Amino acid sequence: MWCRFKRRWRRSDDGTTLGFAFAPPTIPFVPAGLEDFRNKEGLDLMLDQTEGYVTADGRQIGPVVMEMKNITLRFGGVEAIKDISFDIREGEIRAIIGPNGAGKSSMLNVISGFYVPQEGQVFYKGQPRPQMKPYEVARQGIARTFQNIALFEGMSVLDNVMTGRLTHMKTGMLAQALWLGKAEAEETANREVAEKIIDFLEIQAIRKTPVSRLPYGLKKRVELARALVAEPSLLLLDEPMAGMNVEEKEDMSRFILDVNDEFGTTIALIEHDMGVVMDLSDRVVVMDYGKKIGDGTPDEVRGNQDVIDAYLGVAHD
Amino acid sequence: MPDQLIYAMEVSLNGLMAGVMYALVALGFVLIFKASGIFNFAQGVMALFAAMTLVGIQTGQVPFAHLINAVFGTQIHHFGWQIHSIVAIILTVGVMIALAWAVQRFIFQHLVGQEPIILFMATIGLAYLLEGVADLMWNSEIKKLDVCLADGTCLPQGINLAIDEATFNLFGYGFFVDNLDITATIIAIILVAALVAFSQYTKQGRAMRAVADDHQAALSVGVSLNYIWILVWSVAGFVALVAGIMWGAKSGVQFSLSLIALKALPVLMLGGFTSIPGAIVGGLIIGVGEKLFEFFMSSSDLAGALFGFTMNATENWFAYVLALIFLVFRPQGLFGEKIIERV
Repeated sequence: MWCRFKRRWRRSDDGTTLGFAFAPPTIPFVPAGLEDFRNKEGLDLMLDQTEGYVTADGRQIGPVVMEMKNITLRFGGVEAIKDISFDIREGEIRAIIGPNGAGKSSMLNVISGFYVPQEGQVFYKGQPRPQMKPYEVARQGIARTFQNIALFEGMSVLDNVMTGRLTHMKTGMLAQALWLGKAEAEETANREVAEKIIDFLEIQAIRKTPVSRLPYGLKKRVELARALVAEPSLLLLDEPMAGMNVEEKEDMSRFILDVNDEFGTTIALIEHDMGVVMDLSDRVVVMDYGKKIGDGTPDEVRGNQDVIDAYLGVAHD
Repeated sequence: MPDQLIYAMEVSLNGLMAGVMYALVALGFVLIFKASGIFNFAQGVMALFAAMTLVGIQTGQVPFAHLINAVFGTQIHHFGWQIHSIVAIILTVGVMIALAWAVQRFIFQHLVGQEPIILFMATIGLAYLLEGVADLMWNSEIKKLDVCLADGTCLPQGINLAIDEATFNLFGYGFFVDNLDITATIIAIILVAALVAFSQYTKQGRAMRAVADDHQAALSVGVSLNYIWILVWSVAGFVALVAGIMWGAKSGVQFSLSLIALKALPVLMLGGFTSIPGAIVGGLIIGVGEKLFEFFMSSSDLAGALFGFTMNATENWFAYVLALIFLVFRPQGLFGEKIIERV
């Protein structure tokens, strides 16, 4: 088991790994002494308050950035999302979890504008968001990664990361092509941001490598870099650790926490690995069959009977 | 130096120049194919349409004159003005951008995510539609294209583009090269440099490469697919205009111009469908290859002595046979990306 102490990831002394099944509360969730310190005390979640809250490790969580209100999404006759409402606050790590087919990815696609819900309203920074194309959502400051990595395979890592800065490039086409005046200054500034993120995510060594040659774990990291370099006000991660081995998961978890710490980035993520989710996130939404069955801190969600049933199955008498 | 060798050198030089003309057409194909995966059969017709529009604007033709006269019983054909070729070129670029928008808005926006073969069929339809529109708009007479850039008449006095004098001093033999071909080469070099600068250094160029690579990812970094596709078709329209000007100046603006698309096919198979340098090198190889082959096979001293027979008009098929050989042994072309399907 991994523990989080002063927002650092460390290998626990007994050397056990992240592999972790969602278990009912009768079985101790984490070995004694290795509990998640974060939500242990002093965390008084008043979700209706507008000014946010302070986490156990002392981070100030701000007002609501993104609010989903009564979202319903249908594909033909199938209801992928049924009347779900939740919010994402500034500076927090918000997880969406649930069994396969629960509608988690659909939810993320609604937030990022890839899907348009039939009912419900999305509020972004307090304003109702009109129906938008995905690129318009991206320009508003919502960056995302994909479950099945979507990188520009033909480009180098650096070029991939630089595409994340596209929304920040303002000078004219001719000036850019001829490398004139302001265009040069802008390119340099964008490049600096890109290099900073590349350093931060420790991918300097592969800056010039074509992405198609990278192993899976590194690709995921490059994708995170590309999303992060846009300096998003909300970062959406669709299963950032899917298909990774333990070591890669450990790295990725550390990066997600560091990003949140260093840049104060608001993060919403979907993840299957329950151990990771519970340790990483400040608040968790649990979905099952398109419905929301739980919402709260990891501790609250962990003790929720519906959630336990959804993960372990209920005996049908 | 033996006469045969000198003559072969001149033939190769002419072949290089002809190759540049092929490459100009092939470039347009590569641009669209790279960015949208559409094999644009209409590229040749776009060149024709661009050239006709240029001549029409330049000479003050009334568009759709026949149609208007037939419907309203009028007799208008010309506005009665001549426009400077530079202004006419700028106006034609405007028309090509409008065409790009229309193509995207009315055809390909409705076909997003379709099979490549369906997109290809759509471009065949577009080719015939555009040919019809061009005919209706500017009528089908053969027109003379008078762009001073193409024949060198607007160059300052004293600059002679012909290189026969220079080579006379070098080899004691003056190579004859058409002025137009030299202009075409210079323009092609400028065009390629501009395209490279555009795709490497501008925001739009980056976005274009991004779209070519992955639609979803491009959307997620804030790139509008629609805008990029219109941009790509506009750039391809511009390249078509350049090709149309050069070919039109060479052989007159006529409907057979649209067939230059067929000449670009072997160039693409040789160079690869996704590579701009490939289009250039492919064009040059085909140009030199067919000229040299023709020279060799039709000479009784060479082929006659070697095989006991000579052949003429090999230029008609040489490029296609070469492309066929390439298809068998290297289907992705010289510079194309190798297609690997993972299971």
